[in-house]
Amino acid sequence: MKKTYNIEVDCANCANKMEEATKKTEGIKTATVNFMTQKMIVEFEDGADAKVVMKQVLKNCKKVESDCEIEL
Amino acid sequence: MSKKQKKMLIRIIIGAVLMVVLYIGYRFFGEETEGDGFKLHEPFWFLLYLIPYFIVGYDILIKAFKGIINGQVFDENFLMAIATVGAIAVAFIQKNGDYTEAVAVMLFYQTGELFQSYAVRKSRKNIGALMDIRPDYANIEAEGGLEQVDPSEVSIGTIIVVQPGEKVPIDGIVREGQSSLNTVALTGESAPRDVAAGDEIISGSINLNGVLKVETTKEFGESTVSKILELVENASSRKSKSEEFISKFAKYYTPAVCFSALALAIIPPLVQWIIPGMEPQWFTWIYRALTFLVISCPCALVISIPLSFFAGIGGAGHEGILIKGSNFLEALSKTKVVVFDKTGTLTKGVFEVSGVHHNELENEEILEYAALAECASSHPISKSLQAAHGKEIDRNRVSDIDEISGEGIRARVDGKDVAAGNAKLMKRLGIEHIECHHVGTVIHMAIDGEYAGHILISDVEKEGSKEALKALKENGVNKTVMLTGDIEKVASDMASRLGVDEVVSDLLPGDKVAKVEEYLSGCGKNEKLAFVGDGINDAPVLTRADIGIAMGAMGSDAAIEAADVVLMDDDPRKIVKAIKISRKCLGIVYQNIVLALVIKFACLILGALGIANMWLAIFADVGVMVIAVLNAIRALRVKNL
Repeated sequence: MKKTYNIEVDCANCANKMEEATKKTEGIKTATVNFMTQKMIVEFEDGADAKVVMKQVLKNCKKVESDCEIEL
Repeated sequence: MSKKQKKMLIRIIIGAVLMVVLYIGYRFFGEETEGDGFKLHEPFWFLLYLIPYFIVGYDILIKAFKGIINGQVFDENFLMAIATVGAIAVAFIQKNGDYTEAVAVMLFYQTGELFQSYAVRKSRKNIGALMDIRPDYANIEAEGGLEQVDPSEVSIGTIIVVQPGEKVPIDGIVREGQSSLNTVALTGESAPRDVAAGDEIISGSINLNGVLKVETTKEFGESTVSKILELVENASSRKSKSEEFISKFAKYYTPAVCFSALALAIIPPLVQWIIPGMEPQWFTWIYRALTFLVISCPCALVISIPLSFFAGIGGAGHEGILIKGSNFLEALSKTKVVVFDKTGTLTKGVFEVSGVHHNELENEEILEYAALAECASSHPISKSLQAAHGKEIDRNRVSDIDEISGEGIRARVDGKDVAAGNAKLMKRLGIEHIECHHVGTVIHMAIDGEYAGHILISDVEKEGSKEALKALKENGVNKTVMLTGDIEKVASDMASRLGVDEVVSDLLPGDKVAKVEEYLSGCGKNEKLAFVGDGINDAPVLTRADIGIAMGAMGSDAAIEAADVVLMDDDPRKIVKAIKISRKCLGIVYQNIVLALVIKFACLILGALGIANMWLAIFADVGVMVIAVLNAIRALRVKNL
């Protein structure tokens, strides 16, 4: 399952860090953060609950970049 | 500017003014001023300087602190915090009142960040404007006039009204009215297109003069404009190798510089301490280490690379070339082999019947049989037969249609067994046929097992094909290949007229993948193969090639899905343009990588030697970023390539 989320992040390196953090979150198969379009494309693992996983993703992203936002 | 940016700007200005005031104040009332006048002593200066420092940099300090708590030590906030706090501490201990430097570093750093976010925001907007084809509403006729509704609520078959100056919101067929359409946002073609009742029109084009009544043939979500927007918005989600390199580099660069800084602060003074007769210069080396930290921010690189790609893709989009990701833009710049599918790409794919030979029946009669037999086929050849026949086709006269891939068609027409196809079909049916000595595609006709003559059809080369092929060679493409299902004679005749290097003829649709794979295996590691097709029947090949280019894809969903690069119109010269754009963009990417790396390393060395101070370091850092960002935006300008 693939989903796209709007995000808010200020610097390109922070976007890279968010991508790393998202990829490491459980339930995420793969993720790309597009700094220029301010979008995050997430592919979930089978059977993962997108809502629960995304909450954790946001939490992990906040850890690496406290200023970021994901529109859930 | 956004609210956040405005706030930052105000903070920078206040911080800068306070810093200058303090700097001048220190000249008059500082510890080292001569005379017996009024003097301010430490820690007053220290405390006073903290005011602009906190105004400008408080968020950096907070972020650095949060980063440490979350185990994210090596980020740029941490670096800036350490460097500036360190500089303030050194100045405080040495009592030289040189706090300006720390405040200035923070000030410049924030200015750089502000500029970066401003530039990114601006170019995002610019590129957004280039692709401003999203229709906001559709007009539906209602009692007492028109009603504006959300395009996504309009169902198929609804009549919508498009007034002059409005965007066509949904794909459809014109039912009433005539007008000219501006399709420049879709195709890059600036000449307006005339439409009248019966013509298909594509969403995203702009109605210039007349009022049109359009019957929708698709839902909004399936319309061209939605497909394009989806494609553009998801572009650059696939990252190029350069981008991956940079994110990897940034990951190692920062910690590496941090440890070097630590080593720089400790090792040289320790050595000085060990060697007898030398005084360890702790502060000098700590200061140099702090300078190191200022240079260690990888921002210029990290921002400029995706920005360049984004601008390149945006610029291409404006020219009617949609590129699905920066990885494809990168691959496109390395194109060495271009394989063309003949029909619809190099040739118009509009076949015209140019003769009927060796027939006993009337020409019209032969054509009628052929048209009837082929009535169910969507192949360009059958379309041209139907066009030559020129009359309504009564499908009830045809039955038992059997399409034999790569050979032709057998069908029962008016109770007669009609076979229409190439020489292979005739041979298989055991029918003696007469070879045609003209160049073109030959349809042999057999009726009830008797040879009935053949129809000659020839394809017309597309305007610009020859030019495009020549330009490709001039732009670093080593080989051009044409694949076709035509017989050898027709194929090589067309190939020599167009100037293609190699031609492979007599191919069945399924053979094309194998042929492209053959060429792929002949390519070196850094040589990419592009396949150009018209999106009909060649989706597998488009997927298989390094870069699949679909042309004339307006309205063809399958092609838009399968291809990596979509040309909105069917001008082969656009392929050359796409390659040129990719080259320019990649050129800028490399320039930025080299520029940033060279300046950073030069500053690191100068900093370690004590030649560069913190001022120079921050100027280098912010300066490189500004130059890199401005250079990246250059990728947007591709009109005159």
